[in-house]
Amino acid sequence: MPVSGDGRPDPDALLRAAAQEGRGRFKVFLGAAPGVGKTFEMLSEGAARRRDGVDVVVGVVETHGRAETQALTRGHEIIARRAIAYEGRTLQEMDLDAILARAPRLVLVDELAHTNAPGSRHPKRYQDVEELLVAGIDVYSTVNIQHVESLNDIVASFTRVRVRETVPDSVLEMAEIEVVDIPPDELIERLRAGKVYLPHEATRALSHFFSKSNLSALRELALRRAAQAVDARMLDDVRALGLGGTWAGSDRIVVAINELPGADTLVRAAKRVADGLRGPWTALFIETPRVANFSDAEHQRVAAAMTLATQLGAAVATVPATDVVAGIQGFLADARATQLVMGKSHRSRWFEFLHGSVVDRVIRDTPGVTVHVLPVAADPRGRDRGRRRPARWGTPAGYVVTTALVASVTGVASALFHILDLGNVALLYLLPVMAAASLYGLRTGLYAGIASSLAYNFFFLPPVGTLSISNPENLVSVVVLLAIAVATSQLTSRVRAQADLAAASARTNATLAGFLRQITSVNDIDVAAQMICDDVRGLLDVQVVLLVPGIGKSLEILAASDAGYHLGTMDTAAATWALDTGMAAGKGSGTLAASEWLFQPLKAGGHVLGVLGVAKDSAADPVRADQLPLLSSLLDQSALVLERLRLEVEMRDVETVRTRDRLRAALLSSVSHDLRTPLTAVIAAADQLEHGATPDLIATIKAEAARLNRFVANLLDMARVEAGALKLNIEPTDLSDAVTGAAHDARRALEGHAVRLDVPPDLPLVYTDPQLLHHCLLNLLDNAGRYGDPGTEIVIEGRHRFGELRLAVMDHGPGLPPGKETEVFETFRRLEGSDRAVGGTGLGLAIVKAFAEAMDMTVEAGNRDDGSGAAFALIFPRGLIVRDLKPESIA
Amino acid sequence: MPAKILVVDDEAAIRRLLRNTLTRAGYAVVEAEDGRQALQQAAVEHPSAVLLDLGLPDRDGLSLIPLLRTHGDAVILVVSARDAVDEKVTALDLGADDFITKPFDSEELLARLRVALRHHGLSETTPKIVRTGDVSIDLDRRVVFRGAEELHLTRKEHDVLAVLARHIGRVVTHQRVLAAAWGGEEDPRVEYLRIVIRNLRQKLEHPGPVGSVIANELGVGYRLRADA
Repeated sequence: MPVSGDGRPDPDALLRAAAQEGRGRFKVFLGAAPGVGKTFEMLSEGAARRRDGVDVVVGVVETHGRAETQALTRGHEIIARRAIAYEGRTLQEMDLDAILARAPRLVLVDELAHTNAPGSRHPKRYQDVEELLVAGIDVYSTVNIQHVESLNDIVASFTRVRVRETVPDSVLEMAEIEVVDIPPDELIERLRAGKVYLPHEATRALSHFFSKSNLSALRELALRRAAQAVDARMLDDVRALGLGGTWAGSDRIVVAINELPGADTLVRAAKRVADGLRGPWTALFIETPRVANFSDAEHQRVAAAMTLATQLGAAVATVPATDVVAGIQGFLADARATQLVMGKSHRSRWFEFLHGSVVDRVIRDTPGVTVHVLPVAADPRGRDRGRRRPARWGTPAGYVVTTALVASVTGVASALFHILDLGNVALLYLLPVMAAASLYGLRTGLYAGIASSLAYNFFFLPPVGTLSISNPENLVSVVVLLAIAVATSQLTSRVRAQADLAAASARTNATLAGFLRQITSVNDIDVAAQMICDDVRGLLDVQVVLLVPGIGKSLEILAASDAGYHLGTMDTAAATWALDTGMAAGKGSGTLAASEWLFQPLKAGGHVLGVLGVAKDSAADPVRADQLPLLSSLLDQSALVLERLRLEVEMRDVETVRTRDRLRAALLSSVSHDLRTPLTAVIAAADQLEHGATPDLIATIKAEAARLNRFVANLLDMARVEAGALKLNIEPTDLSDAVTGAAHDARRALEGHAVRLDVPPDLPLVYTDPQLLHHCLLNLLDNAGRYGDPGTEIVIEGRHRFGELRLAVMDHGPGLPPGKETEVFETFRRLEGSDRAVGGTGLGLAIVKAFAEAMDMTVEAGNRDDGSGAAFALIFPRGLIVRDLKPESIA
Repeated sequence: MPAKILVVDDEAAIRRLLRNTLTRAGYAVVEAEDGRQALQQAAVEHPSAVLLDLGLPDRDGLSLIPLLRTHGDAVILVVSARDAVDEKVTALDLGADDFITKPFDSEELLARLRVALRHHGLSETTPKIVRTGDVSIDLDRRVVFRGAEELHLTRKEHDVLAVLARHIGRVVTHQRVLAAAWGGEEDPRVEYLRIVIRNLRQKLEHPGPVGSVIANELGVGYRLRADA
């Protein structure tokens, strides 16, 4: 990973550092062999921390009955283990939930590589530890060097003891490592004294395992691993701080995976190379046409190797190519790789003669790349050639057709024998051979060759009627027939396999592209979710559910591909786990594999948006290994779409909140002004009434009370709009009727103005809510009455033009300042220069706009064409105009 | 003897205001502040009209309407601050004669009360000729005059005007008008009613913005204005 040369902090390293924050600290006591005293050391340090006042508990400690270790556990609070019944036995496992509930500062967890009893939350103890760390609890743990994943092969190679329980390197990379070290002699002494507990099954190999040379080698490995960890940490610190510095960053390592047993060994070897060179590394699989003929075991080996590579920190790539060597070379060039790790397989000499040795060709033709070749041990059980596709034997129908073909050629040839010579007859027999080989494959082709040569021999070759051949020349034609069968079938099967491969990859690409095109155009999250479920079902033939976090800790089902899906408690637990941790859970994954479903997290922007669950009706593994890349592409795309929709909703929410806050502030100031002013006037007038009523006092009270009433009505209206509780009651409405009614109700506000209604009687009806329209008109008339010059005319004009209907209220007065036309519709907005004494509330026009838009109408503010005053218009678009009235219904 | 009016309202200030207004107009007034009292007073005092507030402390005013209807023949005027359209329609459907929304104009309240009292109980024996302004409607002969001039109305216009005239001064809901004029037809739609009303107005009214003969109660129905 090259760092920018200008000394800026490396973002990846900073991200790693950020991810560490809030996590518990993790320390591993690493030993070279059993008996070095890891547990003892861990307990001692735990005790020391406790004396410092740290809240320490023992999660699980194997004392193996050793008195000194036992003594150290006293004084520690020990979390009781959980009993798990399994196949009639009761297994004692660490109680993860109890520790999480107890939430200590530090927990001691022995034997990091331990495999949990089936039915536990995680198959491996290191996964339990990961969960504790995520919960912010510090963890001390112990492990022996032979359990470290990438060293597993090396240790096995010299100790001849292979341990099945391994810990991924990535787990150790998170940890601070302390090596618990005693010299080999001392350890052997302890062993002799019986101070070392040894697992029962290991005793056989022990005399060898505990030899001094082995112990020294193990000790060296442990020390080197610890040194490497220190190195890596320093590097991370340096990068996070952006302190430049030099390190070997220019190497890129690629490991070529094959389908043979031992692919995992290749991956581990590549990991060591990458660690040594401190370069990024990629696991590469070249998908040739041969992949179509892989057995299930071979598919799984490739998938397992790729998974292992991911766990060890590699990038993975699958590249389709017709030729392995060309594929590898192309990828090396694209990735600018400098190191290649590959396996030298134990293929037969015959195979290498036919296909050429991949290793030889790569080494010969790939300049500039260091090639590491590892011998890959052939596991005899792994050679499962017999389980190839039964189709290689061809179909019974193929043999029947071939037999018929040979028979008919024999018939035709005997009919024409008097005009053909022997060589031409042999040529005729090529027909069934080539047909059978190209249509039904090698075996049927060979059968055709044998059948043809037998028939040729029996019916035509002298002596006719026997299977013996008199002329050795004729033997040649029999051999040629067989050879042609082989050659033709090989050629066609290769062509067909390539075509199949190309078609499959084209199909995948097309479906992905189609999926993308569809999904990106969707704006509703429910629709998108349903589409994702349906498409994944269509592509992978699985049941699909899409779950998102609900209220509290619950899960909410957003969509499902089938109505009849079932999620049990185990399934829900797996889904929750996938959602909480962002890692796959359920069937076929490492966690909660007892679930019927496989849950994959949908991750985008650094957090988990939801989980996608897939299940097969037949309780089989939901997704075949070769479909995993397709599934992960679908997941990535789905997550991006969901993230986009989520962000849009979030932005809208933020905007709504902001508007509401602004409105609330404006409301407070308006209420204090607009309620108090008329109230003050009313109270003052009422006071004076005690001294005798005068007509103008009563008029004041009436006018101010009416103003208050209008204001309260508007406040209520606005509250309904704001609460989204506006209930529309759309009905066909006659505008002349509406205008007459509004002018009647607004007569008090219009006092001192002449009102002219210019609404043609033939104006069409419109679909609108008559009450809301009435409020709109009242406010517009109120506004006109207030801002129009006293004594002038107010005109209400209705026009049906260009398909839309326009209802305008116009006054004679100062009009609107140019450029401020749209601002008048904002809540509590009074245009500058408009006189407060006029007594507007700043609510009226905002209500007009809100109501109008709720009814699909638009509003316009401006000045009259001749500039003599302001004009406000309500516009009813084409769709709101009532059509198709039957004249006979009003006759 | 002056007509007796029962005022039902839980607000003492509103009761006082209504008592002053009604007494000044020459009515006798009895009061109730909740539903229970209202039913008691109605049974004891036999009022000619009830001014009924819908927001009562012990029960919903709407539920009082059918009870008052069955136990007497008082005019029921709903006086309420609620202005939801469907409540008005419900009140009318339950048997209320009219409704007035708070805050109200005292003069308008008195006018409505007068009209309702005048026409109440007459629906069976409506006078053959109904007059409003300079328009007279002869229900039996199906002819309409504005002044001395006979107006030519279509069949639908006649049907609509007739049902409004029979309930002059009171709101007739859209449903009832539609049932009366389009009852036998497949598709009685408000849009036809709107057009017929517009045409009627053109024929009945003098041009001008204010003071139409047919008043529109938004979302509820129409009312043929009576001369107060």
